[in-house]
Amino acid sequence: MNNSRFSTWMTWALILGLIWTVISRIQPTSAQTSTGSVPKEGFTAPDFTLSLLDGGTVTLSALKGKVVLVNFWTSWCPPCRKEMPAIESVYRSYKDLGLVVIGLNLTAQDSKQEAASFAQKIGVTFPIALDLDNSVGILYRVTALPTSFFIDRKGVIRSVIVGGPMSEALIQSKVEELLREGE
Amino acid sequence: MFPYLRLGPFLLQLPLLALFIGLWVGLIFVERESARLNLNKEKINNLVFYGLIGGIVSARLAYAAQYASIYISNPFSLLSLNTNTFLPGAGLVFGTLIAIGYGYRQRLPLRNTLDALAPGLAFFMIMIGVSHLLSGNAYGAPTQVPWAVYLWSDYRQPTQLYEIFLGLVIFTVIFARVIPAPAPGLRFVQLVALTATARLFIEGFRGDSAILYDGYRTAQVASLIILIVCLYLFRTWEERSEHEPNLR
Repeated sequence: MNNSRFSTWMTWALILGLIWTVISRIQPTSAQTSTGSVPKEGFTAPDFTLSLLDGGTVTLSALKGKVVLVNFWTSWCPPCRKEMPAIESVYRSYKDLGLVVIGLNLTAQDSKQEAASFAQKIGVTFPIALDLDNSVGILYRVTALPTSFFIDRKGVIRSVIVGGPMSEALIQSKVEELLREGE
Repeated sequence: MFPYLRLGPFLLQLPLLALFIGLWVGLIFVERESARLNLNKEKINNLVFYGLIGGIVSARLAYAAQYASIYISNPFSLLSLNTNTFLPGAGLVFGTLIAIGYGYRQRLPLRNTLDALAPGLAFFMIMIGVSHLLSGNAYGAPTQVPWAVYLWSDYRQPTQLYEIFLGLVIFTVIFARVIPAPAPGLRFVQLVALTATARLFIEGFRGDSAILYDGYRTAQVASLIILIVCLYLFRTWEERSEHEPNLR
């Protein structure tokens, strides 16, 4: 291909690209932006109902309208233990502004007693949910601990942080971003 | 999709590893091309290095600037290794400006330098596709075509595979110098034009496009503008070369 042919080719690419841009634009009725429940940024967070360490239950879908941080953890996981005080600190600062934190303990890989003991030691005040059969861990495809999902007021996952420990600044910035959207 | 690999206490992020490999191998191609074009390899390496470091630092600072009060009270968080606290767009702009500034100070010939970067960038583009394949990002729209892949609870266009395939084609065209480039800068323009064209067409199959207005996809509109600029540069630089001694 010589240069004048490449120049002609570029012109054709431009014309065809323009047509393709119009043809492939997203129609309001198209399924382009999937709203299915998948543990991935941009999708609705899969729903779950779990029992809480202190009694009662929590259902994720019932928290629509709030900014939710779901943090998967176990008591034997060092980065989980390390980031828990930072999560607690952010929770205390922002809970009145609409932040809900669910500390989702993968109890099938841990023990209820160890989880309770650790939560008490740190002074955790947010709800600790118990995933006794690992079903929510599987639903959220948790392959590494800790894993955190930041969910907006519409129930859409906006950030997934795999591994840790998360710094307080990271948690704060993600939470503030989502809280600002509701203002 | 295979985003993470646990190695004892370490969690290896494979998409990030793909980008590192892309950068490393890409730099080898840049060095090779610099030598072929009789450019100072060391200066070109420095240009990439400063651009990269400047880009990373700018991306972190720009992210932190959005949450200034948080980062002022926790300044050490600026040093966090977490990749979720970057503003990539700002990094790209400032990284490029820093690289241009370095090139200008070192009196590197702009168009030859761009040509030297072309094969390395072309290889890096392939690895961006690999990174998307590993992470499951840049996913396709739901479809019923026979070659659809099951991803994120739906059968989707395998856009990451399209990206890798077209990346390989573009790399071959640039690396093997399939299209003659009689003037400095034209190899780089070819790379940008081919990449913009690939993105223009792949974007139409994507399921996660950012929308500009009335359903028009931002990346497609940007690609069209880039193609127009490339067309202009290609003609201008080609015409100019007719009045200059041929250096290739």
